[in-house]
Amino acid sequence: MSGLWVALATLALGAVIGVVHLRRGGRMRDVGGERLPERPSGRLPGGLSRRLQERPSGALPERLSKADLGEGLGERATLVQFSTAFCQPCRATRRILADVSTLVPGVSHVEIDAESRLDLVRRLDIMRTPTVLVLDAAGTVVKRASGQPRKADVLAAVADALPPA
Amino acid sequence: MRADPRALRFGAAITTLVLVSVLVTESAWLLAAQAAVFALGVVRRSPYVMLFKAFVKSAPKETEDARPPRFAQLVGLVFAVAGLVGFLTGIVPLALAATAAALLAAFLNAAFGFCLGCEMYLLIRRLLPAANMEVSQ
Repeated sequence: MSGLWVALATLALGAVIGVVHLRRGGRMRDVGGERLPERPSGRLPGGLSRRLQERPSGALPERLSKADLGEGLGERATLVQFSTAFCQPCRATRRILADVSTLVPGVSHVEIDAESRLDLVRRLDIMRTPTVLVLDAAGTVVKRASGQPRKADVLAAVADALPPA
Repeated sequence: MRADPRALRFGAAITTLVLVSVLVTESAWLLAAQAAVFALGVVRRSPYVMLFKAFVKSAPKETEDARPPRFAQLVGLVFAVAGLVGFLTGIVPLALAATAAALLAAFLNAAFGFCLGCEMYLLIRRLLPAANMEVSQ
């Protein structure tokens, strides 16, 4: 009898995970210190809001160099994609990023095999593939998305990363 | 090697039904049968996929790499074997937990096209750097 409840609980958990995954996957998030928007601190209990503020802005923004990537940075921005062979959405993501890099001048697309670069995977705390990082002209990580991003989101993130004209 | 994603998803749906039945009936035999299906899936001989191909003759719009789903079948096999050990040793909570884990993965694949086993791959690699060195040499 308990097996029935285990089955029902598992299916319910799966439904929640699936919906969260569909809604959050591939969304571009801001990364790094000063670019982060202010968190609303007034409405949250003190300890919680302090924790929320400390976590992202306390960390220094990561910066990737030519040596890290194995190839040069884009002139104005770089799209870095972490992939594995065991990753179905990586191919679609590759197409999207290649499209964006041909659409926007000065933007290059670098694909990194996560398995052969576990050092970078740990340093950047990459949990799944594809993970897409948007670097500005200096190589600083300004946005990241885990899961397959939408093209419009990538274009918007690139626009944010570009130096003001 | 390419795989038909429709067939894989059909297989995940059947797997979901079978694993729910395993939980409800607490039948070690049924779980043993599903473990055999997972093992056949690892060597690309999944009977569920063959069943799909027997009835659906049209070509898929898109094919995908066959390695990720094979890896996922292997993950399923590991959980199914753990569940069998639970049933055979009388540790029912182990049997139910392991079967539930396999059910969760199969259900996510069938309902959302989300391959949990595939996503776990990088995490496992991060935890086992030694395994990585062996493969890369």
